[in-house]
Amino acid sequence: MSEVPNDLKYTREHEWVRSEDDGTCVIGITDHAQAELGDLVFVEPPEVGTSFGAGDAVAVVESVKAASDIYAPVAGEIVEANDSLADSPELINSDPYGEGWIYRLRPESPDDLADLLDADAYQEFVEADSD
Amino acid sequence: MGLHETGKVIFDYGREGRAAGAQLPPPAPEPSDLPDTLRRRGRPALPEVSELQAVRHYTRLSQKNFSIDTNFYPLGSCTMKHNPRACNALAMLPQFLGRHPLAPPGAGQGFLACMHELQEILAEVTGMRRVSLAPAAGAQGEFAGVSMIRAYHDARGDHERTEILVPDAAHGTNPASAVMCGYRVRELPTDRNGDVDLDALRAAVGPQTAGIMLTNPSTVGVFERHISEIATIVHDAGGLLYYDGANLNAILGKVRPGDMGFDVIHLNLHKTFSTPHGGGGPGAGPVGVRETLLPYLPIPIVTHEGGRYRWLEEADCPHSIGRMTAFAGNAGVLLRAYVYIRMLGQEGMVRVGEYSTLNANYLMHRLQAEGFELAFPRRRASHEFIVTLKREHDAYGGTAMDFAKRMLDYGVHAPTMYFPLLVPECLLIEPTETETREEIDAFVDILVAIREEASRDPEILHEAPHTLPVRRLDEVRAAKELHLRWSPETG
Amino acid sequence: MPFIPHTEPDVREMLAAIGVEAIDELFDEIAPELRTGQLDAIPEGLPEMAVTRLMHERARAEGDMLCMTGAGAYPHHIPQAIWQLVGRGEYYSAYTPYQAEASQGTLQVTYEFQSMMAALTATEVANASLYDGASALGEATLMAVRANRKAKSKRILLPRSVHPRYRAVAGTVVGNQGLELVELPLDVETGRTPLESVDSAGAEGAAAVVVPQPNFPGCLEDVDALVDRAHAAGALVIAVVNPTSLALLRPPGEWGERGADIVVGEGQPLGIPLSAGGPYFGFLCTRKAMARQMPGRVVGRTVDTQGRTGYVMTLRAREQDIRRSKATSNICTNQGLMVTAATLYMALMGAEGLERVARHSHAGAVALRAALAELDGVEPVFDGPLFHEFAVRLDGPPVAEVLDGLAARGILGGFALEPDYPELGNSLLLCTTELHTEADRAAYVKALRELVAG
Repeated sequence: MSEVPNDLKYTREHEWVRSEDDGTCVIGITDHAQAELGDLVFVEPPEVGTSFGAGDAVAVVESVKAASDIYAPVAGEIVEANDSLADSPELINSDPYGEGWIYRLRPESPDDLADLLDADAYQEFVEADSD
Repeated sequence: MGLHETGKVIFDYGREGRAAGAQLPPPAPEPSDLPDTLRRRGRPALPEVSELQAVRHYTRLSQKNFSIDTNFYPLGSCTMKHNPRACNALAMLPQFLGRHPLAPPGAGQGFLACMHELQEILAEVTGMRRVSLAPAAGAQGEFAGVSMIRAYHDARGDHERTEILVPDAAHGTNPASAVMCGYRVRELPTDRNGDVDLDALRAAVGPQTAGIMLTNPSTVGVFERHISEIATIVHDAGGLLYYDGANLNAILGKVRPGDMGFDVIHLNLHKTFSTPHGGGGPGAGPVGVRETLLPYLPIPIVTHEGGRYRWLEEADCPHSIGRMTAFAGNAGVLLRAYVYIRMLGQEGMVRVGEYSTLNANYLMHRLQAEGFELAFPRRRASHEFIVTLKREHDAYGGTAMDFAKRMLDYGVHAPTMYFPLLVPECLLIEPTETETREEIDAFVDILVAIREEASRDPEILHEAPHTLPVRRLDEVRAAKELHLRWSPETG
Repeated sequence: MPFIPHTEPDVREMLAAIGVEAIDELFDEIAPELRTGQLDAIPEGLPEMAVTRLMHERARAEGDMLCMTGAGAYPHHIPQAIWQLVGRGEYYSAYTPYQAEASQGTLQVTYEFQSMMAALTATEVANASLYDGASALGEATLMAVRANRKAKSKRILLPRSVHPRYRAVAGTVVGNQGLELVELPLDVETGRTPLESVDSAGAEGAAAVVVPQPNFPGCLEDVDALVDRAHAAGALVIAVVNPTSLALLRPPGEWGERGADIVVGEGQPLGIPLSAGGPYFGFLCTRKAMARQMPGRVVGRTVDTQGRTGYVMTLRAREQDIRRSKATSNICTNQGLMVTAATLYMALMGAEGLERVARHSHAGAVALRAALAELDGVEPVFDGPLFHEFAVRLDGPPVAEVLDGLAARGILGGFALEPDYPELGNSLLLCTTELHTEADRAAYVKALRELVAG
């Protein structure tokens, strides 16, 4: 069973979202998602300073057998991308909730985050999906 | 030193000043009229080898390949049947090879006569009104076909149709081609018997539907039984039906796409009509259409008027979707298909469908009798079928990939793996009509032997292949390091 | 039965194993009304010897002409070893190398091909082929739009001096994807693309500018200036080149300050017969940083579990079978066997051989242009430097009539330019290669003199 930390929010596209004290949030892909993709070989980072709507594709992660878009969980502006993924995309495999974070977003409206899944709901979603 | 262990690239054999002397033209003086700013400064790093060195190197490399000529090659959806030698030899007669693509019709009618007959025969065997031989491969045929659907709607002023329907199990080229034609793709689910889910189709069609792309027999190895209903539903919604000819081999001479209700089709001559795959190509992807789409066919097309053959070009076909390649598509491939068809004749063509289906159903029953699990056990096989190794995977830990790699050790090319994605641990197996019953029986024995190995020691499979020039290759490293070329500095 | 090995007992026993009486029962899931009747328009099958006779007759009907036409397809000497090796079943009858361990031959050949193409064009990476030069240009324009994220438009500047068929095919390929192909004019005095047209046609904000070398009317463009202007405006540069010419001419990777970003062209001159127009192959080379935007297959070097060198298809996540509707292209089957031939050609020729081929081709064209300039009623359209093609204008009989007259004398005498370039008038595009002897050129001059002088 993959790890689903309780203190994070989740999307149905298998991203996790961590709200920070400064009003931004950090986004990555879940342990389940990295396991499904396999060894990652490339990350196309989002462009810092660009604004996206909820559900827009902002970045791409690529393994040898799949490429997957990373979506914006809520509308907002990209304020930082994880530069170390350029040389070490495998950080997403080894530490999906830590060193493998992908980007930081400043939400247009922080209330939007309330609509995301909590850990239990995400876990349920993954289990239903794999049936 | 063994045959496979040299590990050298052609550049490694080079020595400065060495050359294939007899093959080169004589020395020529340095040109004096080219300005320095336009001249190349240093020579490109190309090999400097003798003819023998090149011949030996590339002969040895060839021996590292599996091929139809050397191995049973039951690669699902790829129709790896025998490539008759006469097709190659006769397409390579010097007059055909020497024909310039812009030669006027008066320069020679022989090639054009072959092309015209090929167009007519392909139209007849698919139930289409007319065929264009222009597309260079299946994917280009798909692109041409969907472009024609678009041209048809546009000509009627019907600009609201923005969506192409594609089954979830379709080949990846289908959605990719639809997008290249400016369409959105909507996927349709497959039902548990392998047919398109009709309720989902009814819910999906509407005024936004430009058309549907279908492969029949489908990519899951069965004939789509509701094809006539599908045609009615899509046509009633104002959409058109596109036929992906990837699996035509199964029904050649038995059922025609035109009779199933399709409006536009492409054929893969490198599958159904036995032209070689060449390690990746070239193929040829002729397209055929019903009357309604005639004006949009890609150019050029051969016509026969007043006893003469000539190309129809832009001026003759003002509504054509245009050119696919600079000249007339993969002419040499088309000639090979023509020779094959003339040898088959109408009876031979029907037998292709019959015996490819016989071989697939026989192999499917034999594997089922040996306890392998079929993805669609209540269905007839088309020219191919799907085995799922989920049970073996759960019991012994061996994956479909492990089975496939171990087959290579037994001298058999692996079937298509992990396609379609909706069946877990699957192998898509297509024996083709040109294989003997003995070859098929031997393949069954191999699968049984591998399963036995899996039950005894799954590591044998997991570390396979053991006997090939290389063991399993590190694809992750290849994709991360991206070493895509040799260079004199870095090797 | 042609190509079907089954004996009667085989069929009987196989049907019994399946549990049906007749082969036809295997088609019982297909509605009876869909079943095909007679295929009347298809002739009876012929044995190999009859088809051989037929094809020899058809081949004889092709005639055998002295070919002085180029226009995108060029007659060159092809060493015998090439097609003997390419015809080996292990290359000829193999599939795409999806099972890498069982396809190291094809994979290594492709890797060597990529290495040679990168060296020839002075770029970093090459793909494993597209259908032909024209479709490669179409794919390159799509790639440029993907790669140039800073561009404000999907505009591509496409000089009129690019092969008209290439422009037509690019139009077909990109027509439904919202790309705007803007034509740059041809200077009828110089035969080149005017530098200032790059700016005036809107390079600013364009995704890419296409630069041909040599261009279709046979002239050499001022590539350094064109490339630098395009780059200064923020556009990428797509070079369209003849691979043989690169033995003499500056490779596109070295054009201007930064070099061309994408290089495409027709691979046919590298060991592929004219063969009525195909199969040829298109090549596409680029910077390593743009490799993920490339269409088509790519092979990379890696190691196996024992540390031995091996080759695999890589950057697979761009391709249609994985990425489906988001793939960089729909291409699947490519022109693999032609790539094998081209690899052998470049290996046998080497830099020395390719340079000799280019020098002979060039020298022949220079000599022929000079000889034709002496004729009454014939004048070279342009007088600048050329590679191995050039245009002449005829004063008098229409080019179409002259070409018919040349054909009657056994000469495929050139490409009529007026239909595509009315501004060049009654003119003809000619080509020579290392195959053409002094006698061939003299025969051409003599025939043209007779036809033009009447």
